[in-house]
This record gives sequence, C-alpha cells and structure tokens, in this order.
Amino acid sequence: MHSEARASTGLKIGAIAGLLFLHLPILLIFLYAFTTEERTYQFPPPGLTTEWFAVAWHREDIWPPLYLSLKVAAVSTALAMILGTLIAAAMARSRFFGREQIALLIILPIALPGVITGMSLRSAFAVMDIPFSTFTIVLGHATFCIVIVYNNAVARFRRLSGAVFEASADLGANGFQTLRYVLLPNLGSALLAGGMLAFALSFDEVIVTTFTAGQQSTLPIWMLNELVRPRQRPVTNVVAIVVFATTFVPILLAYYLTRGGSETAGGGK
Amino acid sequence: MTRVSAILPERGLADRLSTLFWRRPKLLLLLLISPPLIWLGVVYLGSLAALLLQSFYSIDEFSGVVKEEFTLKTYGELFRAANMDIIIRTLLMSAAVTITSAFVAFPIAYYAARYARGRWKAVFYLGIMLPLWSSYLVKVYAWKLILAKEGIITWAAEGIGAGFLLDTVLSLPWVGGNSLSTSFIGTWLVFVYVWMPFMILPMQASLERVPLSMLEASADLGASRKQTFRTVVLPLAMPGVIAGSIFTFSLTMGDYIIPQIVGTSARFIGQAVYQFQGTAGNIPLAAAFAMVPILIMLVYLALAKRGGAFDAL
Repeated sequence: MHSEARASTGLKIGAIAGLLFLHLPILLIFLYAFTTEERTYQFPPPGLTTEWFAVAWHREDIWPPLYLSLKVAAVSTALAMILGTLIAAAMARSRFFGREQIALLIILPIALPGVITGMSLRSAFAVMDIPFSTFTIVLGHATFCIVIVYNNAVARFRRLSGAVFEASADLGANGFQTLRYVLLPNLGSALLAGGMLAFALSFDEVIVTTFTAGQQSTLPIWMLNELVRPRQRPVTNVVAIVVFATTFVPILLAYYLTRGGSETAGGGK
Repeated sequence: MTRVSAILPERGLADRLSTLFWRRPKLLLLLLISPPLIWLGVVYLGSLAALLLQSFYSIDEFSGVVKEEFTLKTYGELFRAANMDIIIRTLLMSAAVTITSAFVAFPIAYYAARYARGRWKAVFYLGIMLPLWSSYLVKVYAWKLILAKEGIITWAAEGIGAGFLLDTVLSLPWVGGNSLSTSFIGTWLVFVYVWMPFMILPMQASLERVPLSMLEASADLGASRKQTFRTVVLPLAMPGVIAGSIFTFSLTMGDYIIPQIVGTSARFIGQAVYQFQGTAGNIPLAAAFAMVPILIMLVYLALAKRGGAFDAL
C-alpha cells in the first residue's frame, strides 16, 4: 500500500532543514553580543566579553527610544483592544449588509505592504498639515493592531455557544450582567492573547513608523539607524536581544493562552 | 394568593437598556460597530484616499512646491527608464522570492500537515509561528552578520575548502557583488528568510484538507507515490500555494528595509517611495510609486481568485 503513514526520508530532511533555516540565524545575534570585536562582523569572534551589556545600559541614546516604543505599543494596544473587540462582537453576532466589505477593510492594513500604509498616512498628514508626533505614530500602529485583536476575539466569539447567553438571561441577568459575568470571563484569554500579539507587533514595527515618526526615534528606528551607520556593533546586538525578548515572550504566552482551541493565536499575521 | 409575574420588575437603567437592545438589535450593532468603523474609515480609508489624491498632484520643478492641481504628469514620470527599471527589478525579485519560498516551504508544510502528530505537531506549529512573529529587524540584522564578508559563510566556505565556489558565485554578472551582503543574492536570501513563513501556513491549511481517502483511492488504482503526489496532492494544494504567494509577493514588493541593509545600491519600489517622500520631498511621485504595488496586487488578487486561492485562506 502506498498511502504510507511514515514520511519519506527526503521529506523529513526537507522539513527539518527548512525549520533549521528559520531558526539558526537568530542564534548569531546572541553570539555577537559577546564578541570583543566592535568594528566588523568577524566570525569566529576573536574573544568573548560581557562588557557590552554594561555599555548598552549606560548609553543615553537608547533609553528615550525604548520609552517611546513602550509608550506607543501600550497606547496602540489599548486602542486596538477596544476597537478590535467591538468590531469582533458586531461581526460575530450578526449578518448584515456590507459585512464582507468590512471584513476586508479590517485586514487591509496588514494585507497591503507596510510601505503603502505608511505612505498613505504620510500623504494624509501632508494634505491636512498634521505635524509628526507620538500621536501620529499611534494612529498608524493602532490601525494595523486592530486586526490582530479582531482575529483572536472573533474566533473565540464563534466558539462561544449562544445558549450560555440565553441561560444567563433566563436566570434573570440583564445585558450588562451577562457581559460582566459570562461574556468577559469567556473572552478574557483570547483578548489577552490578542493584546499581547498586538503589543509585540507594535513594539517591533519599523516600516510604517519611519513614515509617521518624523524626527522621533522608536527602538526599531534606532536599530535601523545603527544598521545603516554602525558604531559599537555589539551594543546593537544587546538591543536586538532586548527587542527579540520583548516580542518573543508575549508571542509564546499568547500561544499557551489559546492553544487547544481551534483558534490558536498567531494563525494570521 | 399573590400573583407572581413571569417577568421580573425592571431594576433600573441597565435593565431598561438591556430591554431596548433586545428589542432593537440593530441599535446595539450600530453602537458596537461605529467606533471601529469610524476609526478605520477615517484613519485608514481617509489615508488611502489622500494617497490617491497626492498621486494626481505634481511638484513644481523649480520651487519644489507641490502643485495641488489634477494632473497625470506624475504618473507619466513612472515610465521614465530609471523608474521603470525600479519597477521591473522589484517585480523580478518578488517573483524569485515567491518561487523559492514555495519550494522551501512545501516540505515543512507537507510534513506538518500529514505526518506531524502530538508533540511534533506543537513543535512544528511553534517552529513556524515564532519566526513569523519574531522581530523583523532582528531577523534582518542576523542575516547582515551571516552574509558579511568577514562573516560565518565566508569562514565556513573557506573552512571546507569551498572558498573558490563562493568567489565564483559572487563574480556572476548582475546577481553577484563584492560580498554576499552587497549582492542581489544576499537580498534574495534575506527576503526568502523573512517572508517564507507566510507561505507555510496557507499551504499547510490546504494540505490538511486533502482527504486521506483520495490518497488511498489513488494507491488502490495503482498509482506510485510520485504519481499520487503529482496528480492528487499537488493540484489540491495549489490554492494554498497561490494564497501563500499573495503574501510573499506583496510583502517583498513593498519592503524597503531589507534591500537597504543587505544588497546593492540599486533601488526597489519601497526605497523609491521612501526617498521621494523624504529627502527628495516629492510626495506626489512617492504616492504615484506607492500606487504601483496596489495596482499590481489588485491584478494578482483577481488572478488568484480564479485559481481558488481564497478558499484556502
């Protein structure tokens, strides 16, 4: 019989090699944070040191971008969580005219390349004479974070049976009590997962941000400048590790919060 | 005997509102949907409209001031040889990245869909999802370290005595360069690395939907493994491949960070957009350039729809 239950060796090697290709490069970021060579990317590193972590800590130009990134990510995530949950609630509970178009509108900001979203916002700011500020960065970030929260919330809404709401109403709860005691506890982990993914996406975003930040620097923009005009290269690696960890941890948590369901987080970015 | 009503007495505003929403579900829907729709409508659609508007403006060549009058002149500038080069170069790169991604992604998607069980299913899921979500700039930076002239690839090639092979590849016309990090080969590798995970997920989804009974039927009818793969699995997986290609093609076309960090000085569409709006201050031309990927993607999506790609999403 040919419909075998075991994979051929070629396929196995292809799959494993593919996964390694996806994961090994990141390890170099960690290695180069400890190198003693600061002017080139020499491999193997001539020596190892931990001094760059201290140097990075005392570099004054790193802290303001870090604070700005955290601030932007926090505000954008909060906005996206409110807007994304509202639209998920509307889309999950009813069929109405224009529903398909709205679904398209929600995914458009991340379906189109970032340069288009960025350039569109830039054009709008130019047309309306809006000066660049933290607010303009947040406008962009919240827009593409909505879909992340929406995806997580709408999947959970679909899985929730309508019967629990009817039971709640039969037992005398009004709409707000049902929201507080039935809906939110059921929705909680999906919202948290969506929020964390949105935070990770915003914290790391660089393409749209370069169009909306003006003179301000978020941490990814700081990194981009260091990549184009490097100085103290291992310090960039230290920051890269921080950025990597700040996005990695929420993603992993989001996965553990939603796994097991049919709507595991991260399916659509 | 006291009469007990089946309907509880109203307990205040919250109850009255609940009743109102129950009687008029459209009202609740409107309340839920207006804030996000206003946001997306104003901020996002408004911006896209502004982009379209700006692309019909032009810039005064002497003063550098934007002339706010309708003109097709800016679009005409796209057809200059230098700008056409940028568009063609970007399209070729997007096509190369998409095709390579399909080949690299397929074994991963196929294994994850058909053979990975239990623990391995989770390993594959995380193994695909983490690179997809992890920091974009960190991924690009990792490749700058790898591809550098003094980096790990040169070291490894010389270590196994294949330094001449690397030199041969780098001396190739057009795609070669001084080092991997300043050549089109380097740009292409990084593009594949960064955007390939977006190909895996839709591919895997469509492969998971290939019914096992069909594979058994194919085997029962005497088809070899290869024949089954070519005539049953591959055609059924095609919508997933096309759906994945939408992402890799579109994302490569719009990217301007990767070619800026790894590659030659030859520009791609994204870089042209960024430079025209920034240092050159020519927002109309930048906007017209940004319309190019939108138009190409509209055509691409229309073709993909015919290929049934949307059923795989």
